[in-house]
Amino acid sequence: MTKDLEPQLLSGNQAVALAALHLGVSLGVGYPGTPSTEILENFSLIGGRAQWSPNEKVALEVGIGVAYGGGRTLVTMKHVGVNVAADPLFTVAYTGVRGGLVLVSADDPGMGSSQNEQDNRRFAVAASVMMLEPSDAQESYDFLFEAFRLSEKWQLPVLFRMTTRVCHSRGIVRPHAPAIPDMDPGFVRDPRAYVMIPGYARLAHKRMRHKMNEIQQWNESADLNRIYEGDPSLGIVTSGVSFLHTREAAPEASVLKLGMTYPLPIEKIRAFAKTVDRLLVIEENDPYLVEALRTAGIPCEGKAEMYRFGELNITRVKRIVTGDLTDETPPPPGKPPQLCQGCPHRMAFAVMKKFSCIIAGDIGCYTLSVLPPFETLDTCVCMGASLGVGLGLRHTLPAEEARRVVSVIGDSTFAHSGLTGVVEMVYNPPETGHVLVILDNGTTAMTGMQEHPGTGRSMDHQQTGKLVFENVIRSMGVPNVHVVNRPQDFEAVFRESLAKNELSVIILRKVCFLAEPKLAQYEAATRSSKD
Amino acid sequence: MDTRITNVVIAGLGGQGVIRAANILAETAFRAGLDVKQGEIHGMSQRGGSVTSDIRFGEKVYSPMVPDGCADYVLVMHPTQEDNNRHHLKEGGNFISVTRLLGEGQSKISDLDSDDSTPVTERNCNIALLGILSVFLSFDDALWEAAICANLPARVHADNLAVFAYGKQLAVR
Repeated sequence: MTKDLEPQLLSGNQAVALAALHLGVSLGVGYPGTPSTEILENFSLIGGRAQWSPNEKVALEVGIGVAYGGGRTLVTMKHVGVNVAADPLFTVAYTGVRGGLVLVSADDPGMGSSQNEQDNRRFAVAASVMMLEPSDAQESYDFLFEAFRLSEKWQLPVLFRMTTRVCHSRGIVRPHAPAIPDMDPGFVRDPRAYVMIPGYARLAHKRMRHKMNEIQQWNESADLNRIYEGDPSLGIVTSGVSFLHTREAAPEASVLKLGMTYPLPIEKIRAFAKTVDRLLVIEENDPYLVEALRTAGIPCEGKAEMYRFGELNITRVKRIVTGDLTDETPPPPGKPPQLCQGCPHRMAFAVMKKFSCIIAGDIGCYTLSVLPPFETLDTCVCMGASLGVGLGLRHTLPAEEARRVVSVIGDSTFAHSGLTGVVEMVYNPPETGHVLVILDNGTTAMTGMQEHPGTGRSMDHQQTGKLVFENVIRSMGVPNVHVVNRPQDFEAVFRESLAKNELSVIILRKVCFLAEPKLAQYEAATRSSKD
Repeated sequence: MDTRITNVVIAGLGGQGVIRAANILAETAFRAGLDVKQGEIHGMSQRGGSVTSDIRFGEKVYSPMVPDGCADYVLVMHPTQEDNNRHHLKEGGNFISVTRLLGEGQSKISDLDSDDSTPVTERNCNIALLGILSVFLSFDDALWEAAICANLPARVHADNLAVFAYGKQLAVR
């Protein structure tokens, strides 16, 4: 037995990475986002081939290419990343794949580190893709094997829905024998499958629906869904981490634990419902299962609306079981996170505050400038939204107010989805012009110092092609592009830019001090490899 | 061996080594042959905010989260994090705060660094707290030591084993 086949204590994310290695995944692609980030980082660390894409849409498209070519691919992202990747997702559901394609969606109920708590089980239904939901680290490992098996058997993509507690909780994992694919990559021309012109897509849609019906039939007896027999007075249908809480909150109950939650084994659920007196659904976030059961004519109880918000836990599941609707005691507040002392971004926010700016912000560490001591950020919607929202404000506010509007974005976020915002700015410039500030700290700091196209290093910190922001922005047609390397020089450049009725981009370039030692190491390694 | 579930919450601030201490405790229980679940909140916590990690072990553990008011032990690594973490503790549970490591006239954990009479510093006080906790749990020292060494770089093994022993002896005393 080799060392990595011994039982080990792993997080759900690490378990997925190990399974990907044991499954011979030929390429892992994704964009960093809590709680998904460590999957590809670990996959790379233990010898897998993995890379960060500029954003989730590109990542999924690269994954689709790998799968069309017959390779196995694992695509990872946080829940909101699937919004970005939705366009290719909905159509790869039609085209299908040759090599296995598994898309990990790491949802964040309770918003430990996210801007919303959307429930991506809805995506499986909307796009019609199979969905598996592991509940702990062992299942994260086991279900990934199943996910690739299903993807290749039906030649369709699989949505692998995890949540923060599954991704970040550690448990014992007993790995099994590796299952390396027997197929070699190679392209087989099949335009009716892969070219979605309407005439081919109409056929592809029918083909996909036909397969989904077959899969639903298969799922009725699949051992991904398990019954834990108990007292028939209470039957609980559940999945994912909710199952774990349920086993402890109601150990006597009969439980149907669903592993594959789209398409649902609805007849299995119906049969289970008949064996119990009271049927209760325990699920986090949206009443996804409740709605599906009721649509199928299976009467069931769901949770009260108050439990739709935030994560479940043992205490909350007990309350749902007993129908307790009294107010919950909120935990005492802890210390909120803040922009680090010594962060090079701090100076920029102090200056913008001084000029009473209206700041259209973005996603990253700098979002924390909304909290004390700065309390400056005015909007934060999604990745890249600082550009569009800032421009919209400029278009609509009275000129005096419009001149105070600035867009602020970080380096990784800019590479993710800021470029098209610059195109918009050049194409539809507001009358008062606009000012974009790129806070370039040389790393994807918020998610834990990942590389991105602007660093010129790949996921494993090796030198690669580099996106030079100022060159790209100049060539896009922005007349005023300033690179500021010393925070103390920022104010003068900013004042001048704000006073113009023109388009200006200021790149404030100063390395994140937390990342500095590591970045210095990577650069030294690059230099020595050149010698 | 006691097979009911033991619930531990470790709390502190981002960067203090809360997760490291939790990893060591979880690994010790794992090495002892128990089922283990460990949950934590990552993400924004790395910006100096409050961090907690839940560790649960026993014959069979499902949920990775310690239910409110059910922790047998709460370890608090920063004096400012005591009040907001008391609610985890069950009645009769054991609340182990870093303030127990402070000597006479010391009020901040940074004071630990200036006191040469103990091996405890601000950086390794997480291990000292595990030393205190170890007295209440039934794991062999060898398991603790193996878990500490597996989770820390070799150059700090000796120091941390000394700090662990110091915490242990402090609890016995």
